[in-house]
Amino acid sequence: MLCDICKEKEATVHLTQMVEGKTKKIDLCEDCSKAKGVDDPAGFSLADLLLGLGASQEMEESDSTKEKCPRCGFSQTDFKKTGRLGCPACYDHFDEGVEGLLKSMHKGTRHTGKAPAVWQQTKVYVDRLHSLQAKLDKAVAKEDYEKAARLRDEISRVKSDFSEPKVT
Amino acid sequence: MKIQDILSKPAEAAGREGPSNKIVLSSRVRLARNLADTPFPGWAKKSVRTETFAHIRDNVMEVEPMRDGFHTGMEDLSTLDKQILVERHFISREHAAKAAGSGMVLSHDEALCVMINEEDHLRMQALLPGLQVDSAWQAIDRLDTALESALDFAFCKRRGYLTACPTNLGTGIRVSAMLHLPGLVLSEQINQIIQAVNKLGLAVRGLHGEGTEALGNVFQVSNQMTLGETESDIVERLNKVLLQIIDHEENARAKLLENKPKMVYNHIGRAYGILANSHSISSKETMNLLSLFRLGIDLGLFPGSRAAVTEELFIITQPAHLQDAQAGKLSAEKRDILRANLLRDQLMKVDRPATPEPGKSKENGG
Repeated sequence: MLCDICKEKEATVHLTQMVEGKTKKIDLCEDCSKAKGVDDPAGFSLADLLLGLGASQEMEESDSTKEKCPRCGFSQTDFKKTGRLGCPACYDHFDEGVEGLLKSMHKGTRHTGKAPAVWQQTKVYVDRLHSLQAKLDKAVAKEDYEKAARLRDEISRVKSDFSEPKVT
Repeated sequence: MKIQDILSKPAEAAGREGPSNKIVLSSRVRLARNLADTPFPGWAKKSVRTETFAHIRDNVMEVEPMRDGFHTGMEDLSTLDKQILVERHFISREHAAKAAGSGMVLSHDEALCVMINEEDHLRMQALLPGLQVDSAWQAIDRLDTALESALDFAFCKRRGYLTACPTNLGTGIRVSAMLHLPGLVLSEQINQIIQAVNKLGLAVRGLHGEGTEALGNVFQVSNQMTLGETESDIVERLNKVLLQIIDHEENARAKLLENKPKMVYNHIGRAYGILANSHSISSKETMNLLSLFRLGIDLGLFPGSRAAVTEELFIITQPAHLQDAQAGKLSAEKRDILRANLLRDQLMKVDRPATPEPGKSKENGG
């Protein structure tokens, strides 16, 4: 297999990337991969490579992602480097950025499949509502009404989700 | 401990049969799951990883189909052992690179395998011979349901099962099948098929998944999207596409035999010639030639041979299996010689391809 860039040397670095939900495969020789910075994780966004160009940008553009995940200390820069998140709570913390990412990656941004039987338990629901309510209070205190409105929508969505019939 | 003594013998593994086995070598469904309130393996400290590994392993071993299974930490496996597990498709190449704090559990019948602390805390797969994506999904669904009462999986109603990489979010499901498509390759239709399949949001990859070459005309077709659809929709869609690809492959083989029989017989005859007579052969060339040998068996050119023979050869001529049989590491050159010896030996039992006489050929010119 020849390198996709120079079309001369044998490709030894094989990358698969997603662009608008479609996979793109890139095969590079050692020299070209070095020239593109692929071999240098610090200089190159693996998130861009793995998740499609602009993925790391998507995460940067949303304000809520400036701070580190309070749960595990994972930052946006870490995401840019690895293309992975740090812990389950990161999905809440980086929610805005993730939403944009998911749009270009999946059929939808909402889960419609299997759910653990225990999930229906009130505890989880209440935890989620509490955390959203806390965020809402913070947003109102900061007079960030746009965010507050979003959180209010989110809360009513969580509430209506909970009363929906169980997904199997 | 040697992994070869624990795993089924290559002949036994190759002998497992399933529906549409001529073209579909195997079906697999894997689910990605993580523990709530625990950093993903790539971000967790080693002490946390070691702890979660033991916790998950103990719980997996409690579940019925895994109870009499085999479990190990990655640090207890030699490089060769790990490579053998990769060649058998039980673990990923990424997982083979892991050390302490990661491991695996394999069910006794080898149909279920759980990788612990790969990219996610759990990557569980059901691997069945032939076209059985739906049965594979049901098997892994049962294991998942059995595990969820013991392990607290990270889940949120809106995003589903939370995974280290957003590409697996939601269902965490990857449905795939390994297809042998020499007809589409020889008739040069494979790229069209790949493009058409890609347009449906499905990925086509090589033998060992992401970023690997399609050696031996073996292609892996899998779903890409995991969020916004139910598991059964994904399974059903892939199944439909697989049935179409099988159709195309069968048509391609029939058309090739009708229009270019000499070209087909030439490929198969040469493959037989090299496999039966070479004294040094690489693993890559072996896979490509075994694919043609298998095509010959499918087309009835080797009346005494079964496709399982090529599958067994496919397994035992791969680098790690070959070296392990010789108890130790070998240089690439020595491996190539050994591989050729093994193939010559096996092919002695196979008669030359019985190609139909040119006069008897039914096609009338072109």
